[in-house]
Amino acid sequence: MTLLTQTNLVLIGTVLLGITAGLVGTFAYLRRQSLAGDVIAHSALPGLCLAFLITESRSVIVLLAGALITGVFGACMMAVLRRVSRLREDAVLGTVLSIAYGLGIALTRVIQNHYRDEQGADLESFIIGRAATMLVGDVVQIGIAAAACSFAVLLVFKEFKLLSFDESFCRIQGWPATGLDLLLMFLTAVTVIAGLPAVGVVLTAALLIIPAAAARFWTDRLSGMMWIAAFIGGVSGATGTLLSAKLNAMPTGPLVVLTAAAFFVVSWMFAPQRGWLWNRGASREELASAAEEIISGQQTSAAEAGT
Amino acid sequence: MTSSEPDDAILDIHDMTVAYDRRPVLWNIDLTLNKPGLTAIVGPNGAGKSTLIKAVMGLIPMASGRVTSWGRPVGEQLSRIGYVPQRESVDWDFPINVVDTVLMGTYGELGWFRRPKRRHRERAMQCLERVGMQKFAKRQIGQLSGGQQQRVFLARALAQQADLYFMDEPMAGVDATTERIIFELLKTLRDAGRTIVVVHHDLRTVKEYFDDVVLLNVRVVASGSVESTFTAEKLQATYGGRLSILDTMAEAVRMQRETR
Amino acid sequence: MKILLLAERPSVPFDSVLARIADALGESHIAVENAAGTIVVGALCATACALVGCFLLLRRMSLLGDALSHSVLAGVAGVYLINGSIDPIPMFLGALTAGIITAVATQFIHRTGSVPEDSSIGIVFTSLFAFGVVVVSQAKGVHLDLDCVLFGDLAFAGMNFRPVGGWLIPEAVFTLVPTLVMTVAFLALCWKELKLTSFDPTHAATMGFSVPLIHYLMTTAVAMVTVSAMEVVGLLVVALLTVPACIARMLTDRMGRMLWIAVLSGLSCTTLGYFLALRWNSSAAGLSAVVAGVELFVAVLVAPRYGLLGRVRRSLRLRIRIAAEDVLAGLFRRMERAGSVVSESVAECRSLAGGGLAAHIAVRWLGQRGLLLTSNGMAQLSDKGQRYAQGLVRSHRLWESWLDQNFALPPDHLHDPAEAMEHFIGPEVQRQLEDDLDRPSSDPHGREIPGAPDVRASETNRP
Repeated sequence: MTLLTQTNLVLIGTVLLGITAGLVGTFAYLRRQSLAGDVIAHSALPGLCLAFLITESRSVIVLLAGALITGVFGACMMAVLRRVSRLREDAVLGTVLSIAYGLGIALTRVIQNHYRDEQGADLESFIIGRAATMLVGDVVQIGIAAAACSFAVLLVFKEFKLLSFDESFCRIQGWPATGLDLLLMFLTAVTVIAGLPAVGVVLTAALLIIPAAAARFWTDRLSGMMWIAAFIGGVSGATGTLLSAKLNAMPTGPLVVLTAAAFFVVSWMFAPQRGWLWNRGASREELASAAEEIISGQQTSAAEAGT
Repeated sequence: MTSSEPDDAILDIHDMTVAYDRRPVLWNIDLTLNKPGLTAIVGPNGAGKSTLIKAVMGLIPMASGRVTSWGRPVGEQLSRIGYVPQRESVDWDFPINVVDTVLMGTYGELGWFRRPKRRHRERAMQCLERVGMQKFAKRQIGQLSGGQQQRVFLARALAQQADLYFMDEPMAGVDATTERIIFELLKTLRDAGRTIVVVHHDLRTVKEYFDDVVLLNVRVVASGSVESTFTAEKLQATYGGRLSILDTMAEAVRMQRETR
Repeated sequence: MKILLLAERPSVPFDSVLARIADALGESHIAVENAAGTIVVGALCATACALVGCFLLLRRMSLLGDALSHSVLAGVAGVYLINGSIDPIPMFLGALTAGIITAVATQFIHRTGSVPEDSSIGIVFTSLFAFGVVVVSQAKGVHLDLDCVLFGDLAFAGMNFRPVGGWLIPEAVFTLVPTLVMTVAFLALCWKELKLTSFDPTHAATMGFSVPLIHYLMTTAVAMVTVSAMEVVGLLVVALLTVPACIARMLTDRMGRMLWIAVLSGLSCTTLGYFLALRWNSSAAGLSAVVAGVELFVAVLVAPRYGLLGRVRRSLRLRIRIAAEDVLAGLFRRMERAGSVVSESVAECRSLAGGGLAAHIAVRWLGQRGLLLTSNGMAQLSDKGQRYAQGLVRSHRLWESWLDQNFALPPDHLHDPAEAMEHFIGPEVQRQLEDDLDRPSSDPHGREIPGAPDVRASETNRP
């Protein structure tokens, strides 16, 4: 199977991850939960360690299952703290993230000292991923998670749209807004955990935020934003991987994120309508014609009302 | 508007009390709507008018009380109830255009996972026409003026095809033309047998626009037809200042102890 | 890490004290010196972080610490790219610059791109972190260990001594002490400005204070503290910045006290974290964060005003009082109807308050306080109890009258609200109601409103 070189393997993995992160990240962005992915990623570390300590298994599935459990638990802890204490959103995020991470570091050291083998390297790969050494199994994992998340997002697209836009209206139409929020958080967690072996903690969180933020500049329709984010995520994954293959020994994950960041800067600067340079150059003529439109709009409605 | 047969009542609010952290916002609200019509809720700032609607719709928890609609709890009748919120509650930067916003009114009847069909889109366009906004169908909502935004949300409520509508200051901050359009629309709805409850900001137009009125200032001061209820004496009681005893009592309840 | 020959080793401050502790515990001198070094370094770290952390919390900028801790890597990387070396002072400045760039870039993206604040901060620090990782991974032949930058090591910091002027001082002290001194100086000098701008920036601006200046000074202080502390605890600086401040916030409403509590909490976290790390052979920084988490958990439960347990206890007490008062008022009304003192079975009394556990406890309490006279399973109101009950019924009927006057409620809807309110109406509000109603003699149902009972303050002793 000459097609299945290491680079191609990594390529498939990062592209799938990028697409999913774009889809799920769009709604996290609109729900103002961009950093939830970061918290979930940090909360995953204790889960990895506990799964290893309890089951003594090196199986990636088992470890990631543990990561998913504590990741979701971390997200739930945020919600609980918000309810029960007087702490605000930013404080809750920082608290859960750092405590979970501290627990993770402590457990990792215990494992390192107790087992005295190459588990130590895992911590660094947890932070920055080890995409370059991905296995077929990893890619299959990412593929399944990506397919499941993407399918879920497309299924409840209109429900997520409603929830992100107008939560009150969502509730009064009878939708379970809290349940939908939990679903979104769960999908975020799955995306993050699936991406952990490939790109690591901080960088998975980045993929959830940056493509969606970049996509926002290009369109005023939610479906458009979602697909553009998926596109940017996928292309960033591909570009980062290919660059890393070309420039030996550069870690893939960070290059993927830097590519996405480059997309963001381009979008922020040059996008029509919403880009910075576009708006800086708004000329007198444009402002005048906009004013005229508003006035004629009012005149039309006056005519309609028969005054 | 009396409490005759609560089972048939379009809306029956019984002994509703809503308390935010420090202040009593609504106290022992008792209200029944028996027949279709246009009802205004008026009162000074901080009287709890918006809170009343939000608590009825279940968006805010009640400290006590019970709300039923056509004999069942409101939560079971949501498909028959429409809501036009105050304009501030929405993110105007959201990537959505006018017709998609109106289309959201149909989501409730679509159920899980289904997309809007052509007939829903047609209904959305018809609702836009009724509020005179059909030309702006593809515009992103942040690009509209205040009055235009108000009309879009009105269209969204119309798309729900509800029997009971709650509107929170729909005519606040809009130009006279838009106000006229909105009111004509409400009259059409009323004549078609719907019930509309409107938090209204302008005392001068109550007599002209509405059939019934509720005078609210943390508690119901008076309610009934505009002729009998909208009198100088009752208005003075409504606008004549807060009942400071309620503030004291609310604080006592919050601190869970007796007043000093 | 320098290891000096024992013979030529200068001594550590407080040498003799440490030596005595070592002898008492049966440990080696070096071990105790290391422990002392670590504790001191940890304490300096925790103090500086707790102080700025409180302001981050109040200004809703807690995420800045998280962002800075990641961006710092980019600063280090940038300096390496420019200099090709890793001298400490340029490193420090580079990290500081990266921190300031983070804050500025976040605001810029947020304002010009309409990107929500949380997303802006996420974009900036993850990109900078990625940049840092890429550069660091290329740094060969230079000791720029990613592990070290990310995690620091509190224990190493305590062992890493440098001889200065005849003493052995932990290396990290040389960055932490100036940082701490500058931070404390900043807070002391700008105390009122910070207080004002944290609470109400608009008002501060109208009073002539430069809100942006304070903001940038604050950001610089946070960056300095973060960078210094990261040498010691790595990415876990976020824990020291956020959690002790949160704990303090749960326990107090006063800003000064909040700082003290945060500092004490931070100190306890690093110290305890270190000892636990020794015991369990694990990371001191990690366990400091865990200790912080446990302290926060406890604070959320037992905080006097806002804690869960306190709230639960208060609502239980309230339920019992309400049940007791229902019993008293119920007996009083029966007395009224009968025209004379009425005796009911204890079970009947409990049913007046709903018959549950609260009613059970309430009846017993009433008996203990002498408000209810019980014998042979029958109970009746004592004189004290009658006066108490009279006050309750008076409250109830006054409230009904007041509702009737001011609320548009049908007559059969007056009893339930009054039933709820009677437990919260004291003598002062009774007088207010009476004045408002013009001294009424009967309630809307025609029943007489009892006069104010001659209650002696010592008698009531509510639960």
